[in-house]
Amino acid sequence: MAPIVSVSNLSKTYASGFEALKGVSLDIEEGEILALLGPNGAGKTTLISIVCGIVNATGGKVTVGGHDVVRDFRQTRAMIGLVPQELTTDAFETVWNTVTFSRGLHGKKPDPEHIEKVLKDLSLWSKKDSTLRELSGGMKRRVLIAKALSHEPRVLFLDEPTAGVDVSLRKSMWEVVERLRASGVTIILTTHYIEEAEEIADRIAVINSGEILLVEDKKALMTKLGRKQLRVDLTQPLETVPDSLASYDLRLEGDGERLIYEYDTSAERTGITALLAAMAEAGLRLKDISTRQSSLEDIFVEIVEAGR
Amino acid sequence: MNIEAVKSIYFFEMARTRRTLLQSVVSPVISTSLYFIVFGAAIGTRIQEIDGISYGAFITPGLMMLTLLTQCIGNGSFGIYFPKFTGTIYEVLSSPISMLEIVLGYVGAAATKGLMIGTIILITASLFVDLSIAHPFVMLFFFVLTAVTFSLFGFLIGIWAKDFEQLNLIPMLVIPPLVFLGGSFYSIDMLPPFWRAVSHFNPVLYLISGFRWSFFEISDVNPLASAAIILVFLALCMSALTWIFRTGYKLRS
Ligand SMILES: Nc1ncnc2c1ncn2[C@@H]1O[C@H](COP(=O)(O)OP(=O)(O)O)[C@@H](O)[C@H]1O
Ligand SMILES: [Mg+2]
Repeated sequence: MAPIVSVSNLSKTYASGFEALKGVSLDIEEGEILALLGPNGAGKTTLISIVCGIVNATGGKVTVGGHDVVRDFRQTRAMIGLVPQELTTDAFETVWNTVTFSRGLHGKKPDPEHIEKVLKDLSLWSKKDSTLRELSGGMKRRVLIAKALSHEPRVLFLDEPTAGVDVSLRKSMWEVVERLRASGVTIILTTHYIEEAEEIADRIAVINSGEILLVEDKKALMTKLGRKQLRVDLTQPLETVPDSLASYDLRLEGDGERLIYEYDTSAERTGITALLAAMAEAGLRLKDISTRQSSLEDIFVEIVEAGR
Repeated sequence: MNIEAVKSIYFFEMARTRRTLLQSVVSPVISTSLYFIVFGAAIGTRIQEIDGISYGAFITPGLMMLTLLTQCIGNGSFGIYFPKFTGTIYEVLSSPISMLEIVLGYVGAAATKGLMIGTIILITASLFVDLSIAHPFVMLFFFVLTAVTFSLFGFLIGIWAKDFEQLNLIPMLVIPPLVFLGGSFYSIDMLPPFWRAVSHFNPVLYLISGFRWSFFEISDVNPLASAAIILVFLALCMSALTWIFRTGYKLRS
């Protein structure tokens, strides 16, 4: 099946001369949830903005539903719903009016029943006559989602949807996302939290400094990246790793006062039990034990180095 | 053509007018009444007639133009500047809508509002003085064309402006002097020759003169020159707009 969104060799240099995207290529399949994962400034918003028509690309090509986003902007933009990163709202408008306005802008005939359903799905119905300045940040975020859903998009972009959002709203937001996916909507969300990508996405694309480092199925990626470190602090420093522990691939750090063991959390056997037993047998006295999840930063470093 | 979108923008903007009814409708009516009291009643007792027209009637077209120009520029610029300022412009830019349709929505609403207020001024004026319109179609020609042209001009200012100061610069600082010095309250025949010559460089003189001709068949300049001036200005605004469409100037980075 042809991808619903296809980005090829996309580049963007801002007027300031800053190169925000350096030849990005990415295909998004219809009906999937793709997380665009990357640190602040990676180029996530720039990428989304080009697909949606807010920013002009410097080079490359984007198609949505097979249509070019520049030449056939009417077809592509009618298909897309966008929830921006910033909470930008028209403070003096009512929820109902602003959501109705969005539907009209996208060329759809008025449909109060649909708007009512969207507002109810997002628990905004009781607020329909409130002006936006009366709403909390979390509710404003929901209004932005309602606006994006007002015209029944086939592709939904959520740019950092959980920034400044509390746990319960986050949960209800993921429920909405799940329901949309079940109805066939393709969802692309950006985030800089690896847990978030893990929680919701089918596939994860990692982006850094305007380059896509990898695109992979979530499960495969989590196995690959879900590494942990076991750090063992010793009471007596060691010169070398004892021979009896050679099979564990240990690393000595901190002037021999710390042993590092890397293991894979998703593996059947992590080898921790055996390792600790072997350490006791070798007569090592342990001061402290801690574990550490590889952070997004470690992962980036790892991916970047693997790419060399 | 995305008619739904044009309608959405147009009615959204008109709804804003309704919310700010007091400020947008009542205040021009009050200021016009004040002009009539001050200029019409006080000065009008000294200047009985100009070219056979009572002074109160004589100043009416100029007052309508003053309001029309400031209102249209103000509304045209605010309509597009405000979403730029709050960031809600993202939605317009990511909609299946061409620049032409954006302009139709915003400029259409600004012009409509200007015409409504201009009409209210005309009605208010007719309460103070006897008015007759000699050439209703010519009057409508100038009225509508001026509203559209200056709403478009306002739209351009709204795109260009990067803060509220720049936004207000032209409607507050440029337009009033041009209108006051453009023969709103006097005939330029009453000026010394030097100032009369200088006045001919003021484009607003042509607007007011042509508009006044449609009412009373008196004018400072040839009405055809007036029509030409407004058409030229409209053409200039349209070319600027075409350039903005092509480059995405200040809208799309
Ligand atoms: N209008 C702009 N002009 C110049 N640089 C910009 C502009 N918008 C974004 N950038 C820069 O481009 C880079 C990518 O930004 P962005 O796409 O917003 O990243 P992300 O959404 O991943 O945090 C950042 O370094 C940012 O400073
Ligand atoms: Mg961003």
